Amino acid sequence: MQKRSIVPIVYILFLMLPIYWLVAMSFKTTNEILSGFSLFPQTFTLDNYATIFTDPSWYWGYINSILYVSINTVISIAVALPAAYAFSRYRFLGDKQLFFWLLTNRMAPAAVFALPFFQLYSAVELFDTHLAVALAHCLFNIPLAVWILEGFMGGVPKELDETAFVDGYSFPRFFATIFVPSIKAGVGVAAFFCFMFSWVELLLAKTLTAVAAKPIAATMTKTASSAGYELGLLAAAGTLTIIPGAIVIWFVRNYIAKGFAMGRV
Amino acid sequence: MALELKGVTKRVGAIQHIKETSLLLEPGHFNVLLGATGSGKTSLIKLMAGLDPMASGQVLMDGEDVSRLSTQKRNISLVHQFFINYPHMTVFENIASPLKVAGMAKSEIEGRVEEAAAILQLKPMLHRRPHELSGGQQQRCALARAIAKESRAVFLDEPLANLDYKLREELRDQLPELFAGRGAVVVYATSEPEEALLLGGKTALMRGGRVTQFGPTAEIYRNPGNVDAARVFSDPPINTAEITKQGSMARLGAGVTWELSGAAAGLADGTYTIAIRPHHVLPVAKNGAHVQLSGQVQVTELSGSESSAHFDMGSGSWVSLAHGVHPYQVGELHDFYMDPAQAYFFAPDGSRAA
Repeated sequence: MQKRSIVPIVYILFLMLPIYWLVAMSFKTTNEILSGFSLFPQTFTLDNYATIFTDPSWYWGYINSILYVSINTVISIAVALPAAYAFSRYRFLGDKQLFFWLLTNRMAPAAVFALPFFQLYSAVELFDTHLAVALAHCLFNIPLAVWILEGFMGGVPKELDETAFVDGYSFPRFFATIFVPSIKAGVGVAAFFCFMFSWVELLLAKTLTAVAAKPIAATMTKTASSAGYELGLLAAAGTLTIIPGAIVIWFVRNYIAKGFAMGRV
Repeated sequence: MALELKGVTKRVGAIQHIKETSLLLEPGHFNVLLGATGSGKTSLIKLMAGLDPMASGQVLMDGEDVSRLSTQKRNISLVHQFFINYPHMTVFENIASPLKVAGMAKSEIEGRVEEAAAILQLKPMLHRRPHELSGGQQQRCALARAIAKESRAVFLDEPLANLDYKLREELRDQLPELFAGRGAVVVYATSEPEEALLLGGKTALMRGGRVTQFGPTAEIYRNPGNVDAARVFSDPPINTAEITKQGSMARLGAGVTWELSGAAAGLADGTYTIAIRPHHVLPVAKNGAHVQLSGQVQVTELSGSESSAHFDMGSGSWVSLAHGVHPYQVGELHDFYMDPAQAYFFAPDGSRAA
């Protein structure tokens, strides 16, 4: 092994340490966690995971989260694709200002929008539904998706559009069968970021739900029970929240670098 | 099939990109749009293809007004300067795509794709994707798509500009036979006069959004209609100078005078611009080249069979291009002889006088 590979190895170990600790804790009993320092689980247990997968109040947390995150990703991409096409292909009055304004939506803290969303969704009876959280997250994710997709679309020459029209493609057919496939890397990257932002966002998700659409992060707060903190269970729940993100990253890993190179990620 | 433009204009905001243009483009030969970058070649093609709206005028195909017909319904093909293919489709799917959109039967599509691929030597690459091909192959794929479609009009917008020298020559030699006998109107935009001459057919000279002259390419070469047309087909650049006509005599600068003949003799007295190609200005007096000019040799070039010399007559720099090797000394005063019968005369506004 070369000397220069030591630094990145040490750095990666340093990054992985808390994740390892989380995973190790999830296989320990709460007593062991509280009793002191141990690098490996002394008494290996799957009880924590068994609890999560058998108790509906636990596993529904995951289902709820995955549901609203998926709905949000689909809406964000579906809305952002035509919007990004317009920004990339047409010049219209105030286009640059509008594009910048979209981005400024990401600059406001989520807490600012929590109260108006809560009031609005209660009034239209959207409160405590998956759609409520999905729509609220669109506020952040659509601008992001437009920004990412516009960058990828800018890399597709306008002549491709013209060639397709000359070849006889109608606009919808061109858009669906030629244009979107030629920026599928961008769609993957945009979907990934929508997924991740929606997955980790807690404040709006918690404010806009009560029981029926309660996200996993909110469920995790219930581990502070009368019996004290169930740390093993909490660690198992935390470990499981990493998995969806890891799966999505696996699918878009080759595209992310392209996005970075374009300066749009 | 014929493609006709009647008083077509294009305007973006207050700027007129295409000034009133009327052209009759016919099949059976290349119709070359020749002009520098920004002269309006691509704009005109986009109007004919219906990709950009016209401000006024009509586009007719076979006498039928297609001005309001969408691009999709005009049944045309377009090959761009950049190698435009559908990146996620194989070469086969690329060539087949316009046929598929038109709803053609699968067996017929296969036949047409095979034929186009064979002509353009793409058969071994049918199942590769465009980015796995070289630039020349990518452009051949785009051409194959245009051929397989058998459209009414084919627009080639500087299709060879981005290819390297050797590929460009190869493909250029192939182009005329590719479209021969297909009955489509072929419009070929280029900024290189040499290409227009090699492709033959007819040429429309474009400048500043206007067609300045249209006719058989050789005819434009022999009979330029204005100063710009005369300048286009000349390498090295054509020699121009102001002359004064008085009676039957023309005077160039201080000491050069000659007797006018032919149409030039009938011109009204006044000042004109003459243009004469470098190979009609020779270092020795022979044939018709008899009007003696004298100038200081500035630059000389030998290209084996030809030698050229740039010389300064005091009123401007001219070029002489002669067969064989002529020894010039840079800086020396040398005599040259021009053939006045080969000179073009232009009025002060640039239009051809004689």
